[in-house]
Amino acid sequence: MADSPLVIAGRPFRSRLIVGTGKYPSNAIMVRAHEASGAEMVTVAVRRVELNRSRESLLDHIDTERYFLLPNTAGCYTADDAVRAARLGREAGLSNWVKLEVIGDEKTLFPDNEALVEATRILVGEGFVVLPYTNDDPVTCRKLEDAGAAAVMPLGAPIGSGLGVQNPNNIGLIQEAAGVPVIVDAGVGTASDAAVAMELGIDGVLMNTGIAGADDPVAMAEAMKLAVRAGRLAHLAGRIPRKRYATASSPLEGVVGS
Amino acid sequence: MTILLNGESFQTDGPLSVSRLLDGLDIDPRRVAVEHNRTVLKKAAYGITVVREGDEVEVVNFVGGG
Repeated sequence: MADSPLVIAGRPFRSRLIVGTGKYPSNAIMVRAHEASGAEMVTVAVRRVELNRSRESLLDHIDTERYFLLPNTAGCYTADDAVRAARLGREAGLSNWVKLEVIGDEKTLFPDNEALVEATRILVGEGFVVLPYTNDDPVTCRKLEDAGAAAVMPLGAPIGSGLGVQNPNNIGLIQEAAGVPVIVDAGVGTASDAAVAMELGIDGVLMNTGIAGADDPVAMAEAMKLAVRAGRLAHLAGRIPRKRYATASSPLEGVVGS
Repeated sequence: MTILLNGESFQTDGPLSVSRLLDGLDIDPRRVAVEHNRTVLKKAAYGITVVREGDEVEVVNFVGGG
């Protein structure tokens, strides 16, 4: 079955899976995992250059002809810091896209909604394509969209937790109300989590630890590719309604001995 | 002169351009972004932006992240 591409800010992506570049056992494994995932967009973080260290760069291991770079503002706790990181990321990567994170709590890494909306407004005003990582809250997602976000990226569960989609009802409500793509970002632990997310009708899934932290990241990357595709197809196919009792699949008439 | 480079005190001969500073640090300018006194610089400005005593410079690059 043919599927339409994921389109964000007018840019089409054939893959509905976006993957990270952090926490892989090695760069070689990351390269193979990226290939196995089929992803076309990868996230990167912006950090101070370590002086007097090896000159090896992450970008030596990412073919930017093949993968679209999405710089994040991970680690930022204020709108000001996130805006600053976004501006630096734009210069380092020469694209105006940003995965906007403004964290409000160290333990859960849940977003600071107020600061997130403020930073979105500022960056949209500066011409950025803003993809904010947000709570699974339909009201915040609406405010982000109103502020000009090109997509909304509600968390499935806390970053790196692997708990899967904790509030599928909210994700469904966000999807129904949104006029921009909805990407579930964070919390996916295994393939079924990704499939569940996609079955809710959302537009894509973003993950890092679920792949990079698996015993075999390359195999998990392929599993995630298949799961995202399977969940998407199941959504498009239209599942049967849930019923409490059985409905026979075989004819009730003509049973031998009746 | 002394500047604040990536949050730490750093000694260098100067004043000097951002290009010269990066060159001295053995940093490929194509792979980084530079902030000078809180203003992000376009790459084209590296050659004409002068770093002076007491200036703050941040040099960042991409690392793995989610």
